[in-house]
Amino acid sequence: MIVENKRELLVKKIAAHGFMLIFLALVMFPFLVVISISFREGNFTTGDLIPRNPTLEHWYLAFGLEYTRDDGTVVPPPYPVLLWMWNSIKVALIAAAGVLAVSTISAYAFSRIRFIGRAALLDSLFIIQMFPTTLALIALYAVFDSMGDISPVIGIDSHWSLVLVYLSGVMMHIWTIKGYFDSIDSALDKAAAVDGASPWQTFRMIFLPLAVPIMSVVFVLVFIGVINDYPLASILLRSEENLTLAVGSRLYLNEFKYLWGDFAAAAILSGLPITVVFLIAQKYLVSGLSDGAVKG
Amino acid sequence: MSELSQALPPASRPLGLIAGKALVALCTLTLIYVAYTVYMVGQPLFGLLVMIVALVFFFVFGLRRFYFARFIFPGIATMVLFVVFPILYTIYLGFTNYGSFNLLTFQRAQEVILQAEVVDKSAAVPFAVAPEGDAYRVYLGDDAGGFLSAPLALDGTPASVDAEPVSTSPAELLERRAAIALRTGLAEVELILPDGTSLRNAGLREFAPITPKFELLDGDTLRNVETGALLTPDHEIGFYVDETGEEIAPGWRTNIGTGNFERILTSEGIRGPMGAIFLWTVVFAVASVALTFAIGLILASILQWEHLRFKAAYRILLILPYAVPAFISILVFKGLFNQNFGEINLILEALFGIRPDWMTNGTLARSMLLIVNTWLGYPYMMLLAMGFLQSIPQEQKKAAYLEGAGMIRVFFTITLPQIIPPFLPLLLASFAFNFNNIVLVLLLTRGGPDIPGTIIPAGKTDILGSFTYRIAFMDSGTQFGLAGAITLLIFVLVSIIAYANFVAMRRAARKA
Repeated sequence: MIVENKRELLVKKIAAHGFMLIFLALVMFPFLVVISISFREGNFTTGDLIPRNPTLEHWYLAFGLEYTRDDGTVVPPPYPVLLWMWNSIKVALIAAAGVLAVSTISAYAFSRIRFIGRAALLDSLFIIQMFPTTLALIALYAVFDSMGDISPVIGIDSHWSLVLVYLSGVMMHIWTIKGYFDSIDSALDKAAAVDGASPWQTFRMIFLPLAVPIMSVVFVLVFIGVINDYPLASILLRSEENLTLAVGSRLYLNEFKYLWGDFAAAAILSGLPITVVFLIAQKYLVSGLSDGAVKG
Repeated sequence: MSELSQALPPASRPLGLIAGKALVALCTLTLIYVAYTVYMVGQPLFGLLVMIVALVFFFVFGLRRFYFARFIFPGIATMVLFVVFPILYTIYLGFTNYGSFNLLTFQRAQEVILQAEVVDKSAAVPFAVAPEGDAYRVYLGDDAGGFLSAPLALDGTPASVDAEPVSTSPAELLERRAAIALRTGLAEVELILPDGTSLRNAGLREFAPITPKFELLDGDTLRNVETGALLTPDHEIGFYVDETGEEIAPGWRTNIGTGNFERILTSEGIRGPMGAIFLWTVVFAVASVALTFAIGLILASILQWEHLRFKAAYRILLILPYAVPAFISILVFKGLFNQNFGEINLILEALFGIRPDWMTNGTLARSMLLIVNTWLGYPYMMLLAMGFLQSIPQEQKKAAYLEGAGMIRVFFTITLPQIIPPFLPLLLASFAFNFNNIVLVLLLTRGGPDIPGTIIPAGKTDILGSFTYRIAFMDSGTQFGLAGAITLLIFVLVSIIAYANFVAMRRAARKA
């Protein structure tokens, strides 16, 4: 490191870059293939990485437009991808707003208000949160199946049921926001209390404005988490026009109706915006993740 | 912690106070109403829980002495309603026979059985339809006379009308084909003859007396009207049974004690695959953590190297797999690994002339699962490792290099021992996550290829979670009860992992 041979250093550099490039080639392979496939003719034909007769057919279909081939046949879009995207975004936005509201106010309570059993409650909530929702799937299905008799709005195949279930995933975010609140100087809220502010006013006027950065991190985290959820959405949603992207995309690669090309275009179309959001936010997300995990 | 004065805030203006109280009362009443309806639709436990939430809500928001609990009420309420309760209720269902054969409540199952009818074919009479303006009359009989019904709309709404005796058939009768076109309307019609006999449509040409098959006796016993045979409800198994012990569908949900657990323990067709699946779940989770950790750490170490250029570009490309939504990448891999027209097999065939059957060979399917999961998971480990590597003091490394230690030696004796302790809770969390990584399994292989000779569908790549999901939701005979029983087993395992994780976190937090 300090006394290093120039020659040796060069070899090491070449080795490091070589390793990186080979590894990157492996990692990038699926992305390149998918882009290529989305411009390739047909759903089965196999061909070169750079398509010989590039066509926009799959892209037309992904955008929900009919495509007329050269021989005059009209191909209708197989699935409503844009509608699925809208469903995913709608559910994710509502759920993220709800989770944010609930977790911010709970985090404030856990950080600033001393009540009996606070530590025990924090610990037990933390342990409960480690149980995956997949353990609850059957009961959630049974409960919402029965509740559908009261009103279809809270029954199976309703987006509101899904939002209600996603709201329960607050604990990890309470933890993250609490860590942030703990780092705020307590002189601030003491000053507010001296001036006669109630805890609610302190929260509303002092903590909420300060928490905007961490709140945007949590919002993005929940948003991405909801968009990526498969198990819950797959049991609570039924009809094709209600599906979210994660549940709907699976239909493309059905054994009896294998639409590899159409899937590729739809996957890029729907995956790209989420990927971009993630890459922009990742710097904050990662620090939020490890902070939330370690701070006690 | 804050030294916030714990005195209650001053009461607000009286008008606001009254409005607030009214709002609390209104919300409480709404919640109680919801609790009642939930109770009535066959979810007594959930209804009870909503009731408790309603009462707690009333006390927390209605009484000033619980002011501070208002801040944590929303979070706790949603957690209890949609995390704690569903998990416990799923486990409770493990002690019932809830499933596609026992889907209904007892009352509903009884109603369905009572709706069964017997058609008396021997007393069937031919019918014809006589149009009359917008309406129709049904004529039962032949040219020599019969019964003519009152006018009917035949638009599909249920109708019950009298039929009067007539001596000749109506002058105008519809062609057979036109009459058949009206069959959906005819199916809802009940004709009552003067002697009180009730007839219903029984086929394309005939009306026949149709009587209920069963009648309800005291004590929920059903009697077959025709044969006099008795059906008694057996609440042990959730079915009506006749004298020979045969079960009459549909059944109802009932508590069958440890029946599901006995099935798991005694039936070789379930116990065998479950053991294999449990082992694979552990192997899968451990291997996933080990592979992602190793690759992530290696990449992070290289990226930390001071002489490396283009760090930013490498970093952003390396975390791409983490940024793309997992459900999309998993499905992409499903297509790439396709045996016949997947791009991976095309390349392997062109290079080495082999075409591995990724989806049908158990070992290959398992390797594929691990390859994909490593691809998906290494960036997370890499990002975390980059953070932890920065906190290792450079002086120690420099000293070691001066003493003549090689890169590998430094890595294993200095870097690794310092990085493992803070990493441990995160590795445990990653293990817990992969232990239940059912999204990967469901989207990539659906558990396949199947293990031969099992009673319930179980696959070579199934982990416990996906196995349960398939029993409950995917295969034709949905067996919620059995799936619930398996959930209890997973619950115990997850509890152990969760507790270990909790202890590790506490330790890491204390050191930090």
